Amino acid sequence: MLGFLLRRIAATIPVLLMVAVFVFLMLRLTPGDPAAIIAGDNATPQQIVEIRERLGLEEPLHVQFAIWGGNLLRGDLGQSYFFRQPVTSLIAQRIEPTFSLAAVTIVITVLVAVPLGTLAAYRHGSWLDKFVMGFSVAGFSVPVFVVGYILIYVFAVELRWLPVQGFVSIREGFWPFMERMIMPATALAVIYIALIARMTRASVLEVLGEDYVRTARAKGQGEFKVLVNHALRNAAVPIVTVIGVGIALLIGGVVVTESVFNIPGLGRLTVNAVLARDYPTIQGVILLFSFLYVLINLLIDIAYLFLDPRIRY
Amino acid sequence: MSAAARPGLLRAVLAHGSVQVGGFILLVIALLGIFAPWISPLDPAFLDPTIRNRLPGFESTVLQPDGTLLTVTHWLGTDQLGRDLFTRVLYGARVSLIVGLTVAVIAVALGLVIGLIAGYVRWLDGAFMRVMDGLMAIPPILLALALVALWGAGLTTVIIAVAIPEVPRVVRLVRAVVLSVREEPYVEAAISLGTPTPLILTRHVLPNTVAPLIVQGTYVCASAILVEAILSFLGVGIPTDIPTWGNIMAEGRLLFRVFPHNILFPGVLLALTVLAVNMMGDGMRDTLDPKLARRV
Amino acid sequence: MERPRILEVERLAVELPKAADRVHAVEDVSLHVDSGEIVCVVGESGSGKSVTAYSVMGLLPPGQLTPVAGSIRLEGEELLGAKPRRLRELRGDRMAMVFQEPMTALNPVVRCGDQIDEVLRLHTRLDRKERHARILDILAQVHLPDPKRIAAAFPHQLSGGQRQRIMIAMALVLEPALLICDEPTTALDVTTQAQILRLVRELQEAHGTGVLFITHDFGVVAEIAHRVVVMEKGRIVESGTTEAILTRPQEPYTRMLIDAVPTLEPRPPLERGGTKVLSTERLEKTYQTGGFFRRGTAVHAVKGVDLRVDAGEIVGIVGESGSGKSTVARCIARLIEPTGGIVRLKDADLAQLKGRALRRHRRRVQIIFQDPYRSLNPRRTIGASLIEGPINYGETAEAAMAKARELLGFVGVDPNAIDRYPHQFSGGQRQRICIARALILEPELLIADEAVSALDVSVQAQVLRLLETIRERLGLAVLFITHDLRVAAQVCDRILVMRSGEVVETGPTAEVFAAPKHPYTKELFDAAPGRSWQFAKLAS
Repeated sequence: MLGFLLRRIAATIPVLLMVAVFVFLMLRLTPGDPAAIIAGDNATPQQIVEIRERLGLEEPLHVQFAIWGGNLLRGDLGQSYFFRQPVTSLIAQRIEPTFSLAAVTIVITVLVAVPLGTLAAYRHGSWLDKFVMGFSVAGFSVPVFVVGYILIYVFAVELRWLPVQGFVSIREGFWPFMERMIMPATALAVIYIALIARMTRASVLEVLGEDYVRTARAKGQGEFKVLVNHALRNAAVPIVTVIGVGIALLIGGVVVTESVFNIPGLGRLTVNAVLARDYPTIQGVILLFSFLYVLINLLIDIAYLFLDPRIRY
Repeated sequence: MSAAARPGLLRAVLAHGSVQVGGFILLVIALLGIFAPWISPLDPAFLDPTIRNRLPGFESTVLQPDGTLLTVTHWLGTDQLGRDLFTRVLYGARVSLIVGLTVAVIAVALGLVIGLIAGYVRWLDGAFMRVMDGLMAIPPILLALALVALWGAGLTTVIIAVAIPEVPRVVRLVRAVVLSVREEPYVEAAISLGTPTPLILTRHVLPNTVAPLIVQGTYVCASAILVEAILSFLGVGIPTDIPTWGNIMAEGRLLFRVFPHNILFPGVLLALTVLAVNMMGDGMRDTLDPKLARRV
Repeated sequence: MERPRILEVERLAVELPKAADRVHAVEDVSLHVDSGEIVCVVGESGSGKSVTAYSVMGLLPPGQLTPVAGSIRLEGEELLGAKPRRLRELRGDRMAMVFQEPMTALNPVVRCGDQIDEVLRLHTRLDRKERHARILDILAQVHLPDPKRIAAAFPHQLSGGQRQRIMIAMALVLEPALLICDEPTTALDVTTQAQILRLVRELQEAHGTGVLFITHDFGVVAEIAHRVVVMEKGRIVESGTTEAILTRPQEPYTRMLIDAVPTLEPRPPLERGGTKVLSTERLEKTYQTGGFFRRGTAVHAVKGVDLRVDAGEIVGIVGESGSGKSTVARCIARLIEPTGGIVRLKDADLAQLKGRALRRHRRRVQIIFQDPYRSLNPRRTIGASLIEGPINYGETAEAAMAKARELLGFVGVDPNAIDRYPHQFSGGQRQRICIARALILEPELLIADEAVSALDVSVQAQVLRLLETIRERLGLAVLFITHDLRVAAQVCDRILVMRSGEVVETGPTAEVFAAPKHPYTKELFDAAPGRSWQFAKLAS
């Protein structure tokens, strides 16, 4: 058990290292002076010299990587010259809205997608199955901002049921929070629901063909319990896996959704940073999100231990 | 075993309902894009400040270079600069299709080569796959955003930036096929028949990757069209002077509440295009490769 | 004394989906099972024996197979057309089933005890304590050691034989009137099979259960059945007492099936001695597992195997799964690299050769695999598969094609079919094509790795005859890997018995069969189903 945990945690190190190497090389392989890129468009020559010295840009590449990596390990993501702030504090200020949005989206997704996919698999070939399949193809095809604008148009502009945009912290109360969160989270959930409903359907469908499902029926077990106790429990591992892999999709969607709904989170920060060509901030956000992605998938791997007794050591 | 060995498979693919529907939609959109200059008399950049923000169906007269006046109907209305939305949407189809196709070809080609090597040259596999794992850990849109920010916006940059994050998914697929095929007794039989490794790869392994790659290629294409639109919509993709669906929608954001058609029409067309590509992918997967080409 | 009738099937017909090659999966099937009686339904694949069993349980896949005529009565109650709810009440309580694949028939994420408990909770009102006692009791009845530990175990922690005992315990915990066994021992090793058959017999006698036992194996029939029903292509060919069917079959089909069962009587020893073709010395194969944070373990798949095959001789390696017999074959064919020892083919040691040097020798050793459906590339015509080898060694396509046609004729496949694809042939034909592909390189050694195990018994007999012919006419050295003692007895001149990577006994087949020396060999022989019957003696 402990060995499994240690090995699994150790396995994330090369992945994180590769991410770091990519992010590091991306800047160095871009033609032009890295110091000038980091400093941004309206930096003084003196700032550029300063950066060059701090990052050791005159040194060979591996020394540069050591300096850069060392800063990273100390939690120093560098300085945003555009926002005139350390990147870490920029991120800290904007992390709450993004996490709130992601969390609400995941909850909506799981509540909708898993039952929908399971029923579709059980009623294989029925109108419900066709609807779920159709929805999942459509969900993959409609860009999140189009869904967002349609929601805004219907519920905020025409019906005036919900405020158009913005963000209120959950500390100000659940309803004001949800009032502004429900539309962006729904828009963002569409593609995620499509993904997970589809995966749930496929996994449950596969499990329903397994011998032990036949055994359960041979015992005289009723269909609902066959579905929940035998099929869904065994389909849990692939479903949870896709929830984890889909986090990448979710993060991409967050960037767009925050722009549409004017949510002051990391996504908006990223877009503003890209528009301002503020590389230190972009780099910081990428490292953070990649780290989160690896972390979540690590947690999911550990969850396998509880979902499937065959996975050991 | 492999369904792709059945003869008459192409016919089966073409007979699949969602391939037909998706293919038809895609064909129509492609024709609209290719023949845009013949379908609309206007230049997509032509603007008339007197007819800004007109609703669909508005008619105006345009002075042509030869001095004659031409009455045009703005089927989808005009944008806030007074440009014909219908014309711009037609030209926008070109960019989306080019990006989708090029990205799919690049990602599949790169992924195939790397995947074959990783799957067959065992000592390289570990290193290759760690690189791919690292690449996959970076959310695709963020990676594309960073590359565009560094290299500057433009068609080539966008194509490369969208293609790179797709490569590891193709690599994993190809590698999975190679690893499963090399265990097949017919491959072992070929080894004991003295067939050299390069021939085994091209003769027995490569054909098995074709079907899943075609399916995966369509998914890459769909995803690339979406990501390009997102980048342009965020204002960091294709330069704004080129009409793309993303750019048109980005420009429509300001006055969205009053004139939603600037976002609605390109949005619907974008969704329709991606839907058509996805439908073709699903249909082909059903017939070619029911097991392997799972999404993600 | 008249025993109560448990199951009565009358004129049952089950319809196949429209696209199938015949209208009915089974037609006009009538049979009955009385209390305390074991009735075997025996037939080759596609005979409809399993469909009959699933019809009784009401477990046919809905929409694909539908009973359209006849009646099925369990203890007098009509099951065809019964409400699903009533069928659920009967399943697990009055009728129960044991399936073929113990490895997949148990839910992998639920503890074994809980899976038995599910039956009790569904059909009884016992409380937790009483149920627990019942579970431990039935686990003891199926002779599982330490019932408490087994009840708390997950299926993957148990062996195949143990899992099948769990399935039997689950089926019998409520003492059903009818037990249906669908090839319950086919996936098991022969010694485990013998134990399970004994167990079914013992419990059935103790509880007076009526058993409907589906099998393809006449050895099993001889071992366990009171009465036999022979099926072919969805119809009943013949039925009667076991004694009558096995000794005085009336129908030619039954006679053919029984004739095809290889006898346990070993072939007479070979007179002439050929030249030595293959020998291995201290052949070793060790797999190393482990890595960072994990204690490395070494699995010794093959431990110091010495063997020798002469020209014109068939040498058998007999063993159960995990004995290392296939690993030996793959080391000799150099599909894997031995970790130690010598593989001497006449003058050359192949054990450590690599790349080009190895490829020069490859044509001298050819191998035939178990699964005929995966041994030919489905995308290539059989002609292309056949000439692949000769072309690799520099022959022209025309010369190779001519040779391929000739060999197809030799193995009994129409040479004009050379441009067809593998899926257009049956399993037996494909195995013949694989043999032709091996022979076209004129190898000195032919390895058959369970080459007849996946075939129906009548096809198996034909392929064995073909191997026999090849040995006689071409004077090849043949290494024959099998788990089946009957097959080994029929074709092998000498045998090696392997267990856990080691050869425990070796000698001329006749000697080993007449007087096995090693206790494991004896156990293996005792376990062979139906050994008291003299199969294949009918014809004479």
